[in-house]
Amino acid sequence: MTIEHQDILKIAAHHRFQWEEAQQSHVILFPEGMVKLNGSAGEVLSLVDGKNSIDQIISALKEKFKDVEGIEKDILSMIQFALDKAWIEKAN
Amino acid sequence: MAIQNNGVAASVTHTQPLWLLAEITYRCPLHCAFCYNPTDYDKHTQSELSTEQWINVLRDARKLGALQLGISGGEPLLRDDIEDIVIEAKKLGYYSNLITSGVGLTEKRIQAFKEGGLDHIQLSMHDITEEINNFITNTKTFELKKKVAAMIKSHGYPMVLNVVIHRYNIGHIKEILEMAEALGADYVELANTQYYGWSLVNRNQLMPTKEQIDHAEKVTNEFREKVGNKMKVFFVVPDYFSDRPKKCMNGWGEVFMIVTANGDVLPCHSARVLPNMEFPNVKDKGLMWAWQDSPAFNRYRGDSWMKEPCRTCPEKENDLGGCRCQAFLLSGDAESADPVCSLSPNHHIIEKAIEDAKNPVLQSQPILFRNDKNSKKILSGEANDLIKDFHATP
Repeated sequence: MTIEHQDILKIAAHHRFQWEEAQQSHVILFPEGMVKLNGSAGEVLSLVDGKNSIDQIISALKEKFKDVEGIEKDILSMIQFALDKAWIEKAN
Repeated sequence: MAIQNNGVAASVTHTQPLWLLAEITYRCPLHCAFCYNPTDYDKHTQSELSTEQWINVLRDARKLGALQLGISGGEPLLRDDIEDIVIEAKKLGYYSNLITSGVGLTEKRIQAFKEGGLDHIQLSMHDITEEINNFITNTKTFELKKKVAAMIKSHGYPMVLNVVIHRYNIGHIKEILEMAEALGADYVELANTQYYGWSLVNRNQLMPTKEQIDHAEKVTNEFREKVGNKMKVFFVVPDYFSDRPKKCMNGWGEVFMIVTANGDVLPCHSARVLPNMEFPNVKDKGLMWAWQDSPAFNRYRGDSWMKEPCRTCPEKENDLGGCRCQAFLLSGDAESADPVCSLSPNHHIIEKAIEDAKNPVLQSQPILFRNDKNSKKILSGEANDLIKDFHATP
């Protein structure tokens, strides 16, 4: 599945995304499995809420992490990865 | 990883349980020949934890880090408080899963589970034929399972089917997968029988041949290609036919915590077969002590307990020497390599089991179905001839 900048994404059906205090990380939960996300993946998926477009996610994270170079490319590849894994899906 | 000192597992550990499996009752309306529950379960059916005790288990396990919850049994729906447990699980932030045969799932109950926040339901299926379904479960449940599958789907649940594979249904894998697709399954787990509990007693009657397993895997792969992402198909490889053992439970006391019907806290389903071990109970010192400090949970953490050939094996991190219960049940030494491993000095035991399963005389022995009467027989020693080859009651 390819993505466009105006696409709006949401956490996939039957998946749950949440912050885990004990793990100090975000996780994705689904039938028979779970994934512990690293910090940057957690930042990206926190903004995948069925309302923000990919463009809006990129601007928000650029604003939050001003000093990080090449952040747009990293965000896009994270989103593509999560889509391929079917953790997230298109909302529009 | 547990911190190890001079071969003694220290009580400090950085592991957290991720999965809590609540084996909430051992009572079951089905009598499956391949059940992995302990054959002496009858002695645990009188002392089930109360609703309040289960709710405390959920709270304490969540504090330790557990976030996947399996509500299992026996048949969990035989208890009338699953609704309360589901509500509490949701409140605590678990991703909760009801593991059921489908018997006892009504419109009213599934509605309550949905409203309470149960995340998914895993339904066991047995075959495409009514004959095999009813034979292997020793019940007439074929039509009911199809109805329940439709009910799960109509309530918007992901459909997760679990099919235990054995000699009687391994030839029907393609048809089973087609049935799952027709029912709208999202996940199908083809779980080759692992030989614990009742399935170990019935091993000669249940074990397929290597050729049958290879064929089943090939058929599964072909189906996967055809069905694509729509349905996820897992094929759990049977360890008897591998060269190396499974990394049992992903490591002893690393990820899984099981609480049994009577409150015993175990690192794996069958750990109570192990000798000289005292497992904690939730009624004693609480779950945190059980997980972090109990001698039982620390006994096989890490690798300092290992003997040769595991101790110096370059592959030891891959499988941690396999399954302690299997090692003990089959060889009499819980600290020896899992006999499944071709490097184990006891590997001949597995080779013999594979040969025995091809012996038509042994194959056609009557099956000991999982029921209260047979469990009482095991407990009273009346069925000793069936378990004489094992070093503990399976």
